[in-house]
Amino acid sequence: MVERGGLLRLVSFVLVAFLGAALVWGATGLPQRGDPLAPAAVHQSVAVYYIERSYEETRTPNMVTAVLVDYRGFDTFGEALVVVVAALSCLLILPRRQSGLREGRNKEDRPARGAQ
Amino acid sequence: MTSVYDSLFLHTVARAIVPIIQVFAFYIITHGHYSPGGGFQGGVMLAASIILLRISLGEESYGRFPRNAGIVLAGTGALCFAFLGFVPLFLGGSFMDYGLELFWLPSATAHYWGIFLAEVFIGLLVWGSLMAIYDALATGGEE
Repeated sequence: MVERGGLLRLVSFVLVAFLGAALVWGATGLPQRGDPLAPAAVHQSVAVYYIERSYEETRTPNMVTAVLVDYRGFDTFGEALVVVVAALSCLLILPRRQSGLREGRNKEDRPARGAQ
Repeated sequence: MTSVYDSLFLHTVARAIVPIIQVFAFYIITHGHYSPGGGFQGGVMLAASIILLRISLGEESYGRFPRNAGIVLAGTGALCFAFLGFVPLFLGGSFMDYGLELFWLPSATAHYWGIFLAEVFIGLLVWGSLMAIYDALATGGEE
């Protein structure tokens, strides 16, 4: 059991380290802040399009809302799902002692926190 | 859960201020078309109002919003948001493309209501998620 837990921990550490390294590697490919040759600065068609057409296409005066929820709605969908997944992970990771709380309220009844 | 302070001032102020926070949160959600704000911000304010109740009133606040209400709200919001995105897909368009000819509304108006519904569902989702996170953190460990 201990070995299996240790192996699981090692595997998760490697996975997390790999993911973190991949994120850092991806972030190095981003253009510098304020770079005049960045793609977003050179090809301004999208920004101009939003500014010119967002009201007549979505009847929404707040351009940020129109871009966030309509033009980039799929992005926002994923972003919102991240919040739900965070809540679900909280419920999964944190110990559920709701029934135990109702039955015994003594501190001695519960296992000590951090016991492996 | 930490001990609840049995203070008349705290209870009165919390009970008085929570409806105001919630009304302002609904304003933030529904006024996202015209001003800064939207589902995320309004949902956070709704969650803050419930968490204020949890902190100030303690067990009493679990009557109307029980412990599992948070994750139920979050799941409902996420499913409704996904369904809203899938409706145009089923009608022959692409995901979240509200401006279809199949709708009886004009394209811009369909986009308008799509944005509105998406904001409402995002608000539900964020509200429920933060409530669930708070309840898990507050009741998962010590009472």
